[in-house]
Amino acid sequence: MTTTTTSSAPVSDYKPDADGRLLEVDDLHVEFHTQEGVAKAINGVSFDLHQGETLAILGESGSGKSVTAQAVMGILDMPPAVIPSGAIRYCGQDLLTMPEEQRRKMRGPEISMIFQDALSSLNPTFPVGWQIGEMFRQHRGMNKSDAYAQAVRLMERVAIPAAKERVKQYPHQFSGGMRQRIMIAMAIALDPAVLIADEPTTALDVTVQAQIMALLAELQEERQMGLILITHDLGVVADVADRAAVMYAGRIVAKAGIDDLYARPAHPYTRGLLESIPRLDQKGQTLAAIGGLPPNLTRIPAGCAFNPRCRMAQDVCRTDVPALRDVGQQKSACHFAEEVLNG
Amino acid sequence: MADVILKADDLFKHYPIKGGVLRRTVGHVRAVDGVSFELNRGETLGIVGESGCGKSTLGRVLMRLEEPTSGTVNFDGVDMFSQSGSTMRKLRRDIQIVFQDPYTSLNPRKTVGDIIAEPFEIHPDVVPKGGRKKAVQELLEMVGLNPEHINRYPHQFSGGQRQRIGIARGIALRPKVLICDEPVSALDVSVQAQVINLMEKLQDELGLSYIFIAHDLSVVRHISDRVGVMYLGRMVELGTEEEIYQRPTHPYTQALLSAVPVPDPTMRGKREQIVLTGDVPSPANPPSGCRFHTRCFKAQDRCKVDDPELIARPDGVAEHRSACLFAEPRVIVETTDVTDVEHDSRFATTEVVDFDDFADDSGLMPADAFATADRSQSVDETEGPLDRPSNTHGPVDDEPLEKRGPRV
Repeated sequence: MTTTTTSSAPVSDYKPDADGRLLEVDDLHVEFHTQEGVAKAINGVSFDLHQGETLAILGESGSGKSVTAQAVMGILDMPPAVIPSGAIRYCGQDLLTMPEEQRRKMRGPEISMIFQDALSSLNPTFPVGWQIGEMFRQHRGMNKSDAYAQAVRLMERVAIPAAKERVKQYPHQFSGGMRQRIMIAMAIALDPAVLIADEPTTALDVTVQAQIMALLAELQEERQMGLILITHDLGVVADVADRAAVMYAGRIVAKAGIDDLYARPAHPYTRGLLESIPRLDQKGQTLAAIGGLPPNLTRIPAGCAFNPRCRMAQDVCRTDVPALRDVGQQKSACHFAEEVLNG
Repeated sequence: MADVILKADDLFKHYPIKGGVLRRTVGHVRAVDGVSFELNRGETLGIVGESGCGKSTLGRVLMRLEEPTSGTVNFDGVDMFSQSGSTMRKLRRDIQIVFQDPYTSLNPRKTVGDIIAEPFEIHPDVVPKGGRKKAVQELLEMVGLNPEHINRYPHQFSGGQRQRIGIARGIALRPKVLICDEPVSALDVSVQAQVINLMEKLQDELGLSYIFIAHDLSVVRHISDRVGVMYLGRMVELGTEEEIYQRPTHPYTQALLSAVPVPDPTMRGKREQIVLTGDVPSPANPPSGCRFHTRCFKAQDRCKVDDPELIARPDGVAEHRSACLFAEPRVIVETTDVTDVEHDSRFATTEVVDFDDFADDSGLMPADAFATADRSQSVDETEGPLDRPSNTHGPVDDEPLEKRGPRV
């Protein structure tokens, strides 16, 4: 069965560069024009993604992590969203200036996405096999029965038991974990080079979460996909990511290899987050909290957006926006990054 | 012997499934299916389990928001389920609940003052009418909110603040037991820590006993003295925090613990992972024998027939209650004792204040957020209006949060 896909799969027009870089996001800005004013959801985000690598984008609600994913995927509702500046290059081609038809053809075979809530992302009125097969009908022009056969193959690949019998069942007949597997099957159907997983396990129980993360890691290894994992869960990130970018109020405030991020955080927000999570493997832990809340995106504080909550803040933090700069092996957007790192 | 405040004995809660044209009962969802445990005075009992295991139903039955199918709950010497309406209402002063979702558990049309004062409407003898506003303001302050926000509506508060309002309502009558059903799971990581610290502080000050229902095993470890693990309507293991996390004997507890990610990349690949296959069976048709046998890595033929009791079984050091025929301890989590490790106060704080006010309109902390302490000095001219004479766990004099005026 596998041979049919490889032979029928068109050769991709897109090739990563010599370093294996697939995706390059360059100084991206996204605004939402609302009645309350302009909400600056993303304020200059840059990162890149290589083949076979897992990049985690970490942040709390409102930090802009999901908007970043949607911008890369090209599924932002515009309006109200506006992208005033920036570039998103996939294998050297800017997705933002590309005609919509060309971009549509890339969703699935090149860049693909898994959403948090599988139940509301699947159409309740069609069998799951129909929905998985749609990828093949739309992008490969397959007929109904071939598409169903492909759906069965994919359902088997994501370890859904009795795939042949269940391919004609509807989403409500599956458990939460199984629905998330169906989402994954749809996302990997056309062998994308980049997979974006937006909080893929947040709605799931821990034992199921472990299964899904293991499946994702396995598929990534097998296909050498670049994986962007959007999450707020520092535990999941520690388990699977190679690198992480921490977002706060629409900016990346820290970027580091995974070991550095946890062992040598160079931004006060990262430090604070690590102090505020209860750990399964610690006893008698003192929990400390970061004061305050992330700012309202229509009124981001002047200077460093984190300054009202930062216990290290000085005058300069209230006036000057700190640039994301090199600090040792990592990057931090803090005026006092060296102190945080060494202190 | 520990001082037991609440004892549940063989609790059952079955919901009928209606089917067919005549809506006859065709089966039962066995949400809670024979649960027994006790809660000691002043302790936190964590109840963990995956969705559908019956932990929330258990909480509602303990509050008698749902009538149990059978079983008893003895609360401080009183059999709860044999009480009539009026005595039950009195009893509810002593046992209160905080719900999971701070967005739907507060009435959007009522001010925060009305929401928190509602328990006083039902129990008018607790605080005389004239003293209610003051009592509410004291409660707001206790949970770290600005007492001046008494006339605001729930939508004007953030999720973390709303959960504090829910907690203020929960402790308004100075209950002895507070049932907390997933109180922090809807909150962001940094806000979650604020609410956990608040709950621990209130427990110390008011001598509360908590039943803390949650699915997050890390949070439960942090806050609990003892922990019960539930699976398909049953309690499968029950012990102290140390017994459950350091020497679990039930295969389900072991699998659960092994699945929890730890925020430490150096542990990657080094931790033992017990992968459970399949999904949780339907509580309408639970497996015979041990309910976990369909997913258990240790299951033998006996497990399909014999239903193991929750009884004390050896755990390598001593013994604690476990419902597995082949119970044996297994180290899943290498635990580090960090009791003496000080956190770095430059980055985060353990103090309980209205953190959320930091993000108020200007984005800067309003000047009066911390000035409330002075105001409250003049508030208390009577002998603590909230302090019921019968309540032995009322706040002690010199309690920093009560802010009693200096007495000569």
